[in-house]
Amino acid sequence: MVLLLQYTILFACILTLVALGGCFAEHSGVINLGLEGIMVMGALGGALMMRALPNGTSAFVVVVATIVAALVVGMLYSALLGVAAIHFKADQTIVGTAMNMLGTAAATVIVKSINTINNPDDHSSIVQYIEEKKAFIVNIGGFEFSWFMLVAVIVLIVSYVVLYKTRFGLRLMACGEHPQAADSVGINVYKMRWAGVLISGLLGGLGGIMYITAGVSEWKFEYGVAGFGFLSLAVMIFGKWKPQNIALAAVLFGFFRALSNVYFGFDFLVNLNIPSGVYNMLPYVVSLIVLAFTSKHSSAPKAEGIPYDKGAR
Amino acid sequence: MMKKILKNEAVQSLLTSLICILIGMLVGYIVLLLIEPSGAAESIIAVAKNFFGYSRANMRLKHLGTTLVKTAPLIMCSLSVLFSYKVGLFNIGAAGQYVMGACACIYAALGWDWSWLPCMIFAGAVGAAYGMIVGALKAYFNVNEVISGIMLNWIGLYFTNMVLVNVKDASSAYTYTFKAAGKDAILPSLGLDAIFSGNQYVSIAIPLSIIFAILVWVVLNKTKFGFELKATGYNKHAAKYCGMAEKRNIIVSLAISGALAGLAGSFLYQTDIEQWQVTLSSVPGMGFNGIAAAFLGGLNPIGAIFSSFFIQHITEGGSHVDLTIYCSQISELISSLIIYLCGFVGFLKMAMNTALAKSDEKKLAKESAKTEEEKGGDK
Repeated sequence: MVLLLQYTILFACILTLVALGGCFAEHSGVINLGLEGIMVMGALGGALMMRALPNGTSAFVVVVATIVAALVVGMLYSALLGVAAIHFKADQTIVGTAMNMLGTAAATVIVKSINTINNPDDHSSIVQYIEEKKAFIVNIGGFEFSWFMLVAVIVLIVSYVVLYKTRFGLRLMACGEHPQAADSVGINVYKMRWAGVLISGLLGGLGGIMYITAGVSEWKFEYGVAGFGFLSLAVMIFGKWKPQNIALAAVLFGFFRALSNVYFGFDFLVNLNIPSGVYNMLPYVVSLIVLAFTSKHSSAPKAEGIPYDKGAR
Repeated sequence: MMKKILKNEAVQSLLTSLICILIGMLVGYIVLLLIEPSGAAESIIAVAKNFFGYSRANMRLKHLGTTLVKTAPLIMCSLSVLFSYKVGLFNIGAAGQYVMGACACIYAALGWDWSWLPCMIFAGAVGAAYGMIVGALKAYFNVNEVISGIMLNWIGLYFTNMVLVNVKDASSAYTYTFKAAGKDAILPSLGLDAIFSGNQYVSIAIPLSIIFAILVWVVLNKTKFGFELKATGYNKHAAKYCGMAEKRNIIVSLAISGALAGLAGSFLYQTDIEQWQVTLSSVPGMGFNGIAAAFLGGLNPIGAIFSSFFIQHITEGGSHVDLTIYCSQISELISSLIIYLCGFVGFLKMAMNTALAKSDEKKLAKESAKTEEEKGGDK
């Protein structure tokens, strides 16, 4: 039971972080379908940082350095979307899809070549960081509290405040609703969209490092993040692009995702004799059903996905 | 003369695709250089050469055959993507429809001992049904087709793993070979294998995929049905206003798209060149490579044949890099870069047209200035 709770919270936090990232990008008017790739690159940055830190580094330094590395790499990678979508009016769906494939391929190439250079017989795509990973976890009576959970809660609160209570957030949302109107009152739409994309890169990267350090002891980079970026988008849509609703939606999705990890801990579920594949499918099936019921009257930002053209009316 | 050629839509598509390929390969080369400069040039040439790298002619032919065997399903996947894209839908779910098609034909062949034609049709039908789910969700519930497509990809993967566990040895992670357990289901070769130095996997899938490409071209460009689909893609509301059933069009186009992707599954697995691995934990790349091929081919069915061959060519070529230093994923890196660059195609074409129009304008201005001058002389 504790395990189920732990994983539910863990996955809910990841989904919240990444969905908030998507939320910032979409409120600025750019659809970020590349979140999956951003997660992988952020995870790569964090994992390499953990590997690079010498043994015996204090836990606090490990936590901060890893998070910063993930944030920075995620943000840099999201610039690929920014350049294409904001300045070159590229189709955001294609660019996002390409970024997802590129993220996994690039991360695999990088990790494999680092491994092979260190040891010519090592062709795996695994980064060793098991020792460093322990810095993130505090054991409270069987419940493994991860510092990432605290980070996620802080990000959630900050996002809410930024979006609804600051001038920057309100301007950002104006650019996603009606960029021409925003421009006419002196808001720089391009700058705001860049801000939205880069913030989504930051949060996506953070979600990525949290994903690969959650539960699994080692992570093969060629697996990517198993559709988590897209699950986050589903969470965002279900949460109607509002931070507080996103958090609730993330708990629901996180629960089903956690179930597939720990269902064998429950006797009555094991007795049902359902193949493990069914549990693996559950989060995706649930998200499809939920999307079917919530997409009809979409509350998406009105101008999302449309490249901003100053000359258009 | 030169300008006239440059203004041609097809020439522009070809040019922009070539630019994408060149930049993609160049970046791939730079990545190799960064990893280890000494073998980089050799390795990128090995990627580009693929089967040409073999010294003996019959080996070259045999490996050309293998590349073609894997090109056939890729052509089908790219047709699937481009067909729905013409209707304004981005069918990223092609990967899942491909998986479901593979599941259908493998199970029908190994579990029910069907022969090749029913297996193939079954794969197409299952793919179509799976595509229709995306279409129905889009038409009736307004669900973004990219997100539902991705969800269905994962559902399809886990479903396939669950079903195909029943047609394999307990000791192996792979399904039985067709040769051992479903000989009737192997696609006939009609003597084509003899052309490729007896490559046993060469089958009618290769000519069939080309026929399908031509069919898709005809449907899209020469029929009323294709026109209606494209009209729905350009403007859903206008199409509805003109009396076209836009909801039905969305569902039908995704069903056709799904059928093409499902057939892709049949075209690969019914040649017996690969077996399904039931422990697979990520969706096979075929469907995603289809996206690359579709856009690289300028969203033209005939272009898709060539771009699919190219993508498969460098994917196969990836295994020829010096594996003691580099890894074969370098070719995935290159093809994903190419898709990314395809996002810029619209901009490139616009820039090209603006430049051409500008130079035309200059010429006109010069000429009119000249005539003005002459007129002035008369006075």
